[in-house]
Amino acid sequence: MPQEKEARTYRKPLPHIDEEMRPWWEALQRHELYVQKCRDCGDLRFHPRALCPSCLSPRTEWLRAKGTGKIYTFTTTYQNQASGFRDSLPYTLAWVELDEGLKLLTNIVDCSPEQVRINMPVEAVFDDVTPEVTLLKFRPAR
Amino acid sequence: MSLSRKTAVVGVYEHPTRFAPDKSMYQIMAESIRGALDDAGLTIKDVDGICAAGMGMSAMGIVGFCDYMNLTPNFMDSTNIGGASFVAHTAHAAAAIHAGLCNVAVVAYGSTAASARVAIGTGGGGAGGDPCDQYELPYGPTTVGAYAMIAQRHMHEYGTRPEQLAEIAVTMRYHASLNPVAKYREPITVDDVLASRIISSPLHLLDCCIISDGGGAVVVTSAERARDLKKKPVYILGVGETVRHAARGQRDFLEIAAAQSGRLAFERAGVTHKDIDMAMIYDSFTITVLTTLENLGFCQRGEGGDFVTGGRLRYDGELPLNTDGGGLSSNHPGMRGIFLVIEAVKQLRGECGPRQVKDCKIALAHGTGGALGTRHSGATLIMTNQ
Ligand SMILES: [Zn+2]
Repeated sequence: MPQEKEARTYRKPLPHIDEEMRPWWEALQRHELYVQKCRDCGDLRFHPRALCPSCLSPRTEWLRAKGTGKIYTFTTTYQNQASGFRDSLPYTLAWVELDEGLKLLTNIVDCSPEQVRINMPVEAVFDDVTPEVTLLKFRPAR
Repeated sequence: MSLSRKTAVVGVYEHPTRFAPDKSMYQIMAESIRGALDDAGLTIKDVDGICAAGMGMSAMGIVGFCDYMNLTPNFMDSTNIGGASFVAHTAHAAAAIHAGLCNVAVVAYGSTAASARVAIGTGGGGAGGDPCDQYELPYGPTTVGAYAMIAQRHMHEYGTRPEQLAEIAVTMRYHASLNPVAKYREPITVDDVLASRIISSPLHLLDCCIISDGGGAVVVTSAERARDLKKKPVYILGVGETVRHAARGQRDFLEIAAAQSGRLAFERAGVTHKDIDMAMIYDSFTITVLTTLENLGFCQRGEGGDFVTGGRLRYDGELPLNTDGGGLSSNHPGMRGIFLVIEAVKQLRGECGPRQVKDCKIALAHGTGGALGTRHSGATLIMTNQ
């Protein structure tokens, strides 16, 4: 089956998606980004969890994020022995701070390593790496 | 109920090997335990507490290790918080002894990371099972990369320069040149560090710790018992431990675990920074040392770049640091915390020969485990010979 063939040729790690995080990953497959907000204390959080870690409330609102932010910090990796990454060196890893105020780890794409800067405005890219998994990456804002 | 001066480190042993393809991890641990007990003037029959963790140990590895050693201890701790584990184990052992849970505890570590060719810093992409891993591992974070992002941010916020980080590596190599068992002993210059290849920007090869085999052990007992043992006791004054992580997406990345564990250790020890005669700071990377010094409060945040230059960290400087040559030059068998305790104890006993710190009365050891740029642990230990 073509789907299985594709999944086999993608050699980087894939997330183990459980029920607690499935809505977030399913939204990425629709090319939508959501963050969670506690309905009791109002705290925003990433990554998704069933309970708010600040007050343990299970009452959660999913907020649609704009998908824009800026680079908080980054590194361009020139050495990684792991299968999959070894073949795509160099690549840029970054913590991006969303406009909503949450930081997440990601890759910066469509940009040469020399151009990446802290505070550079970026926008979400939804990378359908397999039929089952879409990864959230970022590129310079257009 | 203060722990201060109630317990003491009475035996230490750093395994001299840096490459041991002929030995198992457990053999290195057993040889280290024998060395530390000899140093203390104790025997394996005296041991009723055991603390161990290792990259090669399974989840229940402490039970398997007790089987290997034929031990049936009254106290066990296999807390694995990465390279900081053995600083934390020493603190836990002291607390257990003070609480009466055991009398003589041994902390042990062994590893064949080098001969087994483990890609410790650049083997990222494995299959982590924690929820946070699912949002990180797909992007290829390596250990070096995670620390490099802290260096990048520090340079951005404070103008810290690569040559300032490089000076840390140069100082560690100078200390290694004074340590006969260090793995790399040829002196290097700031230019050598800057000319070495970039592993993960802005960190160069020589900003990164080495990979070696090795191990060590530490023996802890009550201050009372310590009085009639072979060596002068080194008393435990204060301890602290904690973690920093993504903080549900809201972390300030330049605040690290050392800020909290250090504050606790200083408060509990009842000493100040001026009282510290030497420090052993986990040097997985040059940036680890710089941010740890800031977070422990030896200088203000942002001042680390100036603080680490001008020879301040040399064994004859204002704050002698990692006098054994550290993980950057002496040894780094995967998890280095045990050597922080061992070298600090040797300095407090005056056993360090050409690299001996003059009038060394109070020493601080701080271990960092995991990765500063994703999640990590920190454990601080303050000890004295007085
Ligand atoms: Zn809440």
